[in-house]
Amino acid sequence: MEISKKKEKDVLVISVSGRIDAVTAPDFEKDLMESIGAGEKILLLLMNKLEYISSAGLRSILAIAKVLKTKEGKLVFAGLQGPVKDVFKISGFGSIFTIFDNEVEALSQL
Amino acid sequence: MDDNNLPHIVVPAHLPSLQKSIAFVSSCAKAAGFDSKRIREIELCVEEVLVNIFNYAYPGDGGQVTIACRRGADGNLVVRIQDEGIPFNILSASDPDITADIDERQIGGLGIFFVRQLMDGVEYRREANRNILTLSVKPPAPPERSDRDS
Repeated sequence: MEISKKKEKDVLVISVSGRIDAVTAPDFEKDLMESIGAGEKILLLLMNKLEYISSAGLRSILAIAKVLKTKEGKLVFAGLQGPVKDVFKISGFGSIFTIFDNEVEALSQL
Repeated sequence: MDDNNLPHIVVPAHLPSLQKSIAFVSSCAKAAGFDSKRIREIELCVEEVLVNIFNYAYPGDGGQVTIACRRGADGNLVVRIQDEGIPFNILSASDPDITADIDERQIGGLGIFFVRQLMDGVEYRREANRNILTLSVKPPAPPERSDRDS
């Protein structure tokens, strides 16, 4: 798993690639929590290079979303594809989170 | 059937075994001709089962997990996961609430839910102090016949 970040106005755009599994999910969560700790409130997660996510990854996403909600921030997604899109659908995450088709669409609406 | 006759691996029941275990099952699925999306789904289900075993099967002392792959007579890919931990039938677990919002959402049970949703067959039995979980996946349809799906 690799994470890269850039700032677009108030939005922290986070691109995550590779796999978020039970081994890598804690690193993913820690990385994003550090950004939130540093004051970031609007996080856009780009998932187009993410090839795999398990329930451990969803657990981390939920933990991040809960913390952001207490800070009146938000976590949104773009570029879900393949098995990651399916996992969001089956888990119901697809309906509790805002999901954009791509980064451009997301940034135009945030 | 004795797993010693099948391609299999035996790993310690802890998280550092995950990637090796997934790689093993993934190579079986690849050899069976599944596409990459289905392989990821198989990997996902095996991860969910294994993490559950790693976390709960052996309270206190560690133990082992045996993972074996074979092709069934019907062409299915069959993945059998065995441990000698406390009895646990994943088929008896209740479904999670997948409609709850962010505040109410719990993750417990979601991994098992994935297994039941994504595998074509899930069978559990307890035998001689072992949990034996068998996942089966229907073979990939030949592309030229994909328009005949009923």
